[in-house]
Amino acid sequence: MATKKNGPVIALGVVLGIGFVAPLLAGQPLGFFLEVTLGGLMAGVLYSLVALGFVLIFKASGVFNFAQGAMVLFAALALARLAEWLPGWVGIPAGLPALALAFVLATGIMIVLAMLIERIVLRPLVAQDPVALLMATLGVTFFLDGFGQTIWGSDVYKIDMGISKDPTIILESMFQGGILISKEDLVATVIAAVLVLGLAIFFQKTATGRALRAVADDHQAAQSIGIPLNRIWVIVWAVAGFVALVAGMVWGAKLGVQFSLAQLALKALPVVILGGFTSIPGAILGGLIIGVGEKISEVFLGPVLIKAFDLAGGGIENWFAYVLALLFLMVRPEGLFGEKHIDRV
Amino acid sequence: MLKHLALTAASVTALTMALSAPLVSTAHAQAKEQFFPVLSYRTGAYAPNGTPFANGYVDYLKMLNARDGGVGGVKITYEECETGYATDRGVECYERLKGKGPTGAAVFHTLSTGITFALTDKSFTDKIPIITAGYGRADSVDGQVFKWNFPLGGTYWGAADMLIQHVGKKEGGVDKLKGKKIALVYHDSPYGKEPIALLQERAKMHGYELSLLPVTHPGVEQKATWLQIRQNRPDYVFLWGWGVMNGTALKEAVAVGYPRDKMYGVWWAGAEPDVRPAGDGAKGYNALTFMAPAGQGKVHQDVLKHVHDKGQGTGPKAEVGEVLYNRGLVAAMMSVEGVKRAQTKHGKKPLTGEQVQWGLENLALDQKALAALGFAGYADNISTSCVDHEGGSVAKIHTWDGNKWVVGAEQYTADQQIIKPMIKASAVKYAAEKKVAARDCAKELASK
Repeated sequence: MATKKNGPVIALGVVLGIGFVAPLLAGQPLGFFLEVTLGGLMAGVLYSLVALGFVLIFKASGVFNFAQGAMVLFAALALARLAEWLPGWVGIPAGLPALALAFVLATGIMIVLAMLIERIVLRPLVAQDPVALLMATLGVTFFLDGFGQTIWGSDVYKIDMGISKDPTIILESMFQGGILISKEDLVATVIAAVLVLGLAIFFQKTATGRALRAVADDHQAAQSIGIPLNRIWVIVWAVAGFVALVAGMVWGAKLGVQFSLAQLALKALPVVILGGFTSIPGAILGGLIIGVGEKISEVFLGPVLIKAFDLAGGGIENWFAYVLALLFLMVRPEGLFGEKHIDRV
Repeated sequence: MLKHLALTAASVTALTMALSAPLVSTAHAQAKEQFFPVLSYRTGAYAPNGTPFANGYVDYLKMLNARDGGVGGVKITYEECETGYATDRGVECYERLKGKGPTGAAVFHTLSTGITFALTDKSFTDKIPIITAGYGRADSVDGQVFKWNFPLGGTYWGAADMLIQHVGKKEGGVDKLKGKKIALVYHDSPYGKEPIALLQERAKMHGYELSLLPVTHPGVEQKATWLQIRQNRPDYVFLWGWGVMNGTALKEAVAVGYPRDKMYGVWWAGAEPDVRPAGDGAKGYNALTFMAPAGQGKVHQDVLKHVHDKGQGTGPKAEVGEVLYNRGLVAAMMSVEGVKRAQTKHGKKPLTGEQVQWGLENLALDQKALAALGFAGYADNISTSCVDHEGGSVAKIHTWDGNKWVVGAEQYTADQQIIKPMIKASAVKYAAEKKVAARDCAKELASK
């Protein structure tokens, strides 16, 4: 019975699996295939970083925070500009010391922002329809996009974490040309791992974390035992703001801090649909699947499609994640690890 | 509920990409004034490049008002409208501004090939010229079909042609390109696709292998593209990007170890905002420089004296003399010179777009005229006619040394023997599709 129920999911998994190994079956060099897969995994880590912010807020408050991408941009802008300005303001040496202090200040800014969002936007909308809250976060998105550029500027800004940009080539003796590894992506992976570990400890081992989980399970029951909902919302938005700051720092160091970060962060939406709105492991796994899937399809499937159908261009990378999310919505709307929602009528 | 919420969120994602309201800044529309609309983008993904261009454009208009009292004694007015580099918003801005001022808009600079494509069809009924200096439709050089389009000073076919000439020269002759690999990394938009036809034509002639690597808007996801470049190891990479795409391309080139001195950008991929984000990684990167390279001449001194020193500068003073700022200055000069030329026929009064079209079609800006305008060394000759709306197409290569652009000595001229038949064929096709009656330039000239 269970197998029958999971049939479409298994079928989708099989299709994805075949698609994954198809380049090898078609004779693509193993070294290049591994390189693209690794590149996809590392891009996936970056998506997961933003998806974590979506999951945290949804898990604790049931709000789909559309503004998470804008928070990433706002946090990254604050970090980049403060790191640039602080040496002139307080005489701190430029480079990593200024970046460290800017990180602390940007964390403070994100906490204040979380408090303002809770007080001005969310509190008046308590007990409203989830779509109303979604629309409210959409408003916050536009505000942060515009306000961020107004106060921090709309140029491309640098975040220098002191990581070498030069490529590292490994396994040159095994594969022709070796396999390319990006140090920046490796550092991003380590940062993401540390962040997930920290969040897991926070949720499992601290009183605040337990309170957050209680609110996530049942708002009313949590309130009845004295857990203050407003405070919890501020905390969870602040944590999501911190996650946005970390994601913004990593992405900003890689791509430069500019407006497109907010749009790129929207890639986390299919990630959470795939992994499940309420699952932190789901956000990680969803990010990795989408990262690998889009790179494999862009590099190997794109040229085949262009040749076969005389298409104008590629761009699979851009829509792959959304199509995959759509397929998942059809066969498993709660995502890989999400909680199944049952409405009793 | 979860599924419903997810679907709603997905719909909202799509909406977000499309939603936005044009922002309008200053408005001055009074009688006896010549109105210049300014389509600009100071927000969004392309703001780092759009802003200095707009600042240069507006500063030049301000300078003329302050120094000369306008153009031919007619005060200049202008109004900016934010397009965000989006075609729909560009068309909305055009509709809003085309009727402003006592005689309507004098001329539009679309600053987007997508917007140019959208507005070209409208130009036949609205009768307002569209200047696309160094961008837009390459086939609009043909003034017999495209009466209202003016790709002054160069097109993407010309740019691609000059890049091939340059790499051919580096190899010891274009015949040496046989068997070489050239990859075009391009913005997947009308802008990025424009050079493909010319590069394919040249590939047939010289036998190089051309690979096309599209990058979707806004161009921050290029990992897959550059992994393919690492795998295929092209001899040269031509970069046809805009905005953040250029800086990202340079960063990814560093990440995969592709030599920057083998990379050549079009003139819209060769300004300070393109190279600065990549830091030292951009050293050695080359790009075409079109019209104005970086630096300051007499016109800049006038802008600083009459605008910035009076606290009227549109952007930061430090930006005056940068590549895109200078290109904005040149673009404004082209508009104003079109009006000035038209005043010689129609009188020194506010002119309609139709009257300005004549001015733009009869431009004769040689080095002497340009020097008198303060543009010596910062603009190339432009000589237009009813047949030729480009008026000349030359460029140089400049290289980023880590701090500044260093301009090469060699000047390239687009090979019209290759380009003209392509222009003719494309223009004829357009005229047939849109049922546009081609003008008889010889007859028009004889009737004057």
